[in-house]
Amino acid sequence: MWDQLKLSISCAAAFLSALLAMPLLNYFLPELMATRVLGFTVSWLILGILFFPFVWVISYLFIKRSIALEDNEARFAQTSGTPHKD
Amino acid sequence: MTIDPWILAFSAITVFGTIWMGFRAARKSKTAQDFFVAGRSVSVGWNASAISGEYLSAASFMGVAGMVMSVGYDALWYPVCYACGYLFLLLFIAGPLRRFGAYTVPDFAEGRFDSPVFRKIAVVFVLFIGFFYTMPQMKGAGTTLAYIFPGLPYWAGVVLIGAVITMNVALGGMKGITLVQAVQYWAKMFAISVPIFVLLSIYGSYGKQLSVNDPQPSPSASAQSQSAQAAMRETLPAKAPPDDIWLSPFGPLTTKATKAAGLSAEESRPYSLLYTYSLIVALVCGTAGLPHILVRFYTNPDGVAAKRTTMWVMILIGVFYVFPPIFGVLGRNLLPDLYLGAGAKGTDKVVLELPRILNERYPMVGSILSGITCAGAFAAFMSTFSGLLVSMTGALAHDVYGRMLRPQSNPAQRMRAFKISAVIVGTVAIALGTQVEQFQINFMVGQAFAIAAASYFPLLFMCVWWRGMTMKGAATGMLGGGLLAVLTISMTSFSDLGLLPLKEFWAGHPLLRILAEQPAIWAVPLAIGLMIVVSKLTRKEIPKDIRMKMLVLHAPEKLGLKQEYIQEHAGH
Repeated sequence: MWDQLKLSISCAAAFLSALLAMPLLNYFLPELMATRVLGFTVSWLILGILFFPFVWVISYLFIKRSIALEDNEARFAQTSGTPHKD
Repeated sequence: MTIDPWILAFSAITVFGTIWMGFRAARKSKTAQDFFVAGRSVSVGWNASAISGEYLSAASFMGVAGMVMSVGYDALWYPVCYACGYLFLLLFIAGPLRRFGAYTVPDFAEGRFDSPVFRKIAVVFVLFIGFFYTMPQMKGAGTTLAYIFPGLPYWAGVVLIGAVITMNVALGGMKGITLVQAVQYWAKMFAISVPIFVLLSIYGSYGKQLSVNDPQPSPSASAQSQSAQAAMRETLPAKAPPDDIWLSPFGPLTTKATKAAGLSAEESRPYSLLYTYSLIVALVCGTAGLPHILVRFYTNPDGVAAKRTTMWVMILIGVFYVFPPIFGVLGRNLLPDLYLGAGAKGTDKVVLELPRILNERYPMVGSILSGITCAGAFAAFMSTFSGLLVSMTGALAHDVYGRMLRPQSNPAQRMRAFKISAVIVGTVAIALGTQVEQFQINFMVGQAFAIAAASYFPLLFMCVWWRGMTMKGAATGMLGGGLLAVLTISMTSFSDLGLLPLKEFWAGHPLLRILAEQPAIWAVPLAIGLMIVVSKLTRKEIPKDIRMKMLVLHAPEKLGLKQEYIQEHAGH
């Protein structure tokens, strides 16, 4: 359970720091965020398009790790008989 | 303007197709388990489509585009957070909740603390969140009908559609059946993407469309754009926000309160930042607390499947949410007349009306595409409204009638209670829906999310991960945060409707106005804080079998024979 929570928290931290940094970047670096790339402003490009694939990557990594953790825990429990020390 | 036969045909097919599929599927499913959780054996792909189908409401389909068109960049937070809120569900709630194995959030609330009292408290918020969520769906219905039948008043559309869906739910069709919802996801995806591809291929790409919204085009750029084929745009009416404010962050949405207070653009920037953060908290946490979405996780065979499902949901809705803002941008450049309309004639109908402009170049193509987006809009508000109606009716019939008023009632009486409850809930929802024409669809859904974020999210999050929680702590936190959020949100809405004389007060206190309109930034910490403090004070009341409950929530199913395993370790 604690490994799972740690994994969840680190994924959430990665996601939240990106999401919560966006308003700050807009606030402190407005010129940079208004630069045009392919017709978009940088901040529109990130928020309107690029953010979605970023979240998919985080969730993919989370699910892979999380299922592996469960497998481990199950294997450990079946061999030693004392699965939960918490 | 006359009724366009193509639009009418596509819309009618969607309405009757949905009702027919609902009844067909309802006849096939026999037991209560079939109804509520589809026998817990729905495959990941179907279930992910069904969750996405139920989630993509009128706000996603019509509201986001309308809001991007009217306020610009600030509205982009909505689609991003609607999609990314699912990550929070995945990380903290989806797996454990599925393992616990209750049907609804009130079931979970009761099971976690073995407390029927707490169940009653939890039911209250099914109704609060539900009604706040049905209002924008009703606005979507009224707007769509007013578009299809020009001249029909807004309220008539709300009453008509509301009555049809309510009857349908009361008669037993459309009980949130997986197949119907899954098909509707793909219908909505098709309806939002195909017209965009056609429009972009004719009027220029997404980037090109945005590039014409340039406040100060540099001389070289304007020369370039004249030589190259620049995207076309119509002249903006004076009512529309100018390009620089529309395109940059901290625009019309987040500066409304400070503008009313007469602050300068520079002074209002910190307030806008606060507004933005509060909105993000509301949307991200609120997604993880929506009762009608949470119930769908129980249709997964196990916790691993629940996690896989969430992953697919995020991909399905993430792809969807790229499209509505494009409608907003195209609407600003090609159909700026909508800025002049108000209520049902305003920007909320951009998704419906925009494809029509193609008729100028290719007769009929525009009408067909507009018919497709209307069909998508019907799919959007019908699926969400009936899903909400079922969960609210269930709360009334199952919890209030079946458990509180008449515990000894027989199945026939309960069935009648379900039908009567459906009519009551539907009538209230319609009555509320007729009052909200002036609010933006998307804004109203944001408010429902804020209430969910302040009530169910703290409850689920803390109950799943903290063993020191007591029933009193959970109840105090949920009621404290949730009710205060409902109160402040209602105060701002009533004063905007002119029912409360608070305009002067808000103008004098822009900070309070922002905190009242977007309460998540203080309400979520308040709820969690209350839960911790009260739980610590009532430490003696922690459920005796808390170790077992935690195991049920977190032990992997692979261990097999969960019951024996738990009993063996419960005595530690």
